[in-house]
Amino acid sequence: MSMREFSLRVNGVERIVSAPPMARLLDVLRQELGLTGTKEGCGEGECGSCSVLINGELVNSCLVPIAQAAGTSITTIEGVGAHTKLHPVQQAFLQCGGAQCGICTPGMILAAVHLLEKCPNPTREQIEEGLNGNLCRCTGYMRIFAAVEKAATTIEAGVPG
Amino acid sequence: MQSERVVGQPVFRKEGLAKVLGAARYIDDLSMPGMIYGATVRSAIPRGRVLGIEFSPGIPWDEFTIVTAKDIPGKNYIAMINNDWPCLVDGVVNHPQEPILLLAHPDRHLLPQAVAAVHVRYEEMSSVHSIEESERGRTIIWGEDNVLKSYLLEKGDVDAAFAQPDIIIVVGEYTTGAQEHLYIENNGAIAMYDEHAGVTLWGSLQCPFYAHKSLMAVTGLPEDKVRVIQVETGGAFGGKEDYPSMIGAHAALLAMKSGRPVKIVYDRAEDMAATTKRHPSRTRHRTAVTKDGKLLAADIELCLDGGAYSTLSSTVLSRATIHSGGAYFWPNIRVRSKAYATNTPPHGAFRGFGAPQALFATERHMDRVAKAVGLTPEEFRRRNLLLTGETTSTGQVIRQQIDLQGWMERALDCANYREKKARFDRENPDGVRKKGIGFAVFLHGSGFTGSGERYLNSLVGVDATAEGRIRVLVSSTEFGQGTNTILCQIAAETLGVDYDVVEMAPPDTGIVPNSGPTVASRTAMVVGRLVQSAALGLKQTLIASGLLGERYLTEEFQAAAKAHIGKHGGLCSMSRYQAPPDVYWDDQTYRGEAYAAYAWAVYVAEVTVEVTTYSVAVDDFVALQEVGRVLNPVLATGQVEGGVAQGIGYALYEKVSWDRGLMKNNQMTNYIIPTSQDLPKIRVYFEEVPFEHGAYGAKGIGELPMDGPAPAILNAIAHATGEDFNAIPLLPEDIAERLAAGAPAAQEMATV
Repeated sequence: MSMREFSLRVNGVERIVSAPPMARLLDVLRQELGLTGTKEGCGEGECGSCSVLINGELVNSCLVPIAQAAGTSITTIEGVGAHTKLHPVQQAFLQCGGAQCGICTPGMILAAVHLLEKCPNPTREQIEEGLNGNLCRCTGYMRIFAAVEKAATTIEAGVPG
Repeated sequence: MQSERVVGQPVFRKEGLAKVLGAARYIDDLSMPGMIYGATVRSAIPRGRVLGIEFSPGIPWDEFTIVTAKDIPGKNYIAMINNDWPCLVDGVVNHPQEPILLLAHPDRHLLPQAVAAVHVRYEEMSSVHSIEESERGRTIIWGEDNVLKSYLLEKGDVDAAFAQPDIIIVVGEYTTGAQEHLYIENNGAIAMYDEHAGVTLWGSLQCPFYAHKSLMAVTGLPEDKVRVIQVETGGAFGGKEDYPSMIGAHAALLAMKSGRPVKIVYDRAEDMAATTKRHPSRTRHRTAVTKDGKLLAADIELCLDGGAYSTLSSTVLSRATIHSGGAYFWPNIRVRSKAYATNTPPHGAFRGFGAPQALFATERHMDRVAKAVGLTPEEFRRRNLLLTGETTSTGQVIRQQIDLQGWMERALDCANYREKKARFDRENPDGVRKKGIGFAVFLHGSGFTGSGERYLNSLVGVDATAEGRIRVLVSSTEFGQGTNTILCQIAAETLGVDYDVVEMAPPDTGIVPNSGPTVASRTAMVVGRLVQSAALGLKQTLIASGLLGERYLTEEFQAAAKAHIGKHGGLCSMSRYQAPPDVYWDDQTYRGEAYAAYAWAVYVAEVTVEVTTYSVAVDDFVALQEVGRVLNPVLATGQVEGGVAQGIGYALYEKVSWDRGLMKNNQMTNYIIPTSQDLPKIRVYFEEVPFEHGAYGAKGIGELPMDGPAPAILNAIAHATGEDFNAIPLLPEDIAERLAAGAPAAQEMATV
């Protein structure tokens, strides 16, 4: 396939990548940009491990061709927080045991960040619904729900993460 | 018991920060200079002879590295118990998706078309696809009789017990399906070869020394020329116990032939179709019980479908056999068990390892026995649950102070069982939704069975670095369960230092000793205990050398360690497994101490069955267990919740659809696991009775939660519908078929 250049904003930085138009955003992020925090679980949009935010919307990056992502603003797990400044959702996952094997964690955290942006004080049902596109095989979700509830409280209280 | 500083505390997961940042590096996140990519050509038939392999034109074959069985420098098997599992097909195919040929190329995207362009010609042979077909023996596909392994466990005089007058005999047959692990990270490995260093393998795996042993056999290289390094592993559940040895061997063969590092990472469809699953089972119970509800005798016949090669089936069958008696006192019990070969990819280890199959049958059956004698499930169990001082089905005396009756009462109270049961009984006749509540009481043996731990002879180390950091040296791996965290907690506790200064040495066979495989709920209890004793040795060395006083701060400990290293060049303490002195086990008769300890549990499930759609929802779930000392309450709770979720999937959602040994629904789209919207609130309770030979009193926890959900849920469904469903997975169509037919369940009870 012929290569083309695409520009997009990734974690706040303008990037230009060269890729076939139908290359999956997931592969471009992981292989071209070295952002391996975004994981592949199923390659068919079922598991949500490859979740990223495109212009603030939660999407499965395995289903998005790079041509469609051109010109957008993308947030991956690498853009959510840093060692020195965890996002409240990341801090809450750490505290509440929201991560076990960790492979669904980046996508799950992005889904949780997205949920709390749309719905800052979610009920348990809203959390269950907000995370229903992200499969976790380790936790049974209970610690993840607890983490989202805790993060909502932290964000509401305005405590820096 | 509560005086510990670190043990029992909800300290953060050691590698948690890297995981929440997305910085943890899994196998597909790694790359090596000059690395190329490998793929596998697999069999398209269940059984037959390979007549020829043809390479279609249109693919630049000269750019590919191609490996067949002829390229194997060592032995063509994955080294396990019987060594009957070929690394690559050599003439005969025994199951669909069996690896025949390997390809490697620098362009990962070229591989799928290349794999599709390899055509294998076969002469098909008749194949076997169920326990019943294998048992019938018309086609023999393994050994002389298709039996991969059999056991006979016998206690008391079963036949005499059944011949007694005035007894009630209850029979039943219970079946369980295959279950896919569905770890979210697919299997993968990277291998590198160099004439001087030999083979180095990086992999998503549970047991570095298992892969090490297989690589030695396949490559023919000596021990010191094979090195295995576990990288961050995205879930395993038993599914990365044996198969990584296969993928690792494949990557190593391609690396040896190409001279370049080779990465093989399966996609989801390949992982699901080709790798192991939980053994399907069929269990028949015949129970003799007195009219006042005392169990007299069990006659149990348990069969597993092992797939095409023996792999781990003998050990899975062993655990199933021993767990068949459940948490009850049987004066007489006989278990006859067999694992049968079928032309299906070998079934393997999956959390619970035979116990979920056995305990599904037992706990479903006990509800039916209770009904036959006119007792409630709880009263019937109360009369028969094991007591301290009584013996299990292998004749093992329960020495631990257990209180199964009390724990059952507590769990039932937590679930508000009696009130709900009465209410559902009252309301169900008029409702379009039928509600039910049911439970299961069960046990899970911690560690390897019988003499297994003695054979493993595990070795563990604790050392200090020149920077004064403390390291735990084990081959026990982290794949979500919390190995890193609890072993560091144990070391920190014993050394009297902060948790933060203790770390895990890399899980690299070139660095760490063999502390055994990370399986069988053995890490906290067995390996943890060895970490405790190695850490104690390290501390005593420092105190004896005069560098450390009896009371010290973490910094003083670190300074003393550095001083010791400065003076002597190193500071390391090793500890090797020693069996408790009073343990007896006979591998031939299956008599004695089957496990050093058992964990115990009572799980209560509340369900709603929709009579219009026949769907089942689990509305509430109480999980009460006694697992010895809880080393980290957040991690332990997470283990239980995750196990319960997998158990709910096993009971109600997860169905592998087979077509002549091939999994047809090998996608996440049509193999359904519980999502965030499918689970009830899982309420976790612990009882803690410290076990004297476990680390700070810990026993095993990881597998236990897989054993109880399915029977508890099916017992609740029986309560809701009045129908006995004795097979899992139980899908809406199965319920529809029974309820819509309106026919009463076949009565399998007879009174003598």
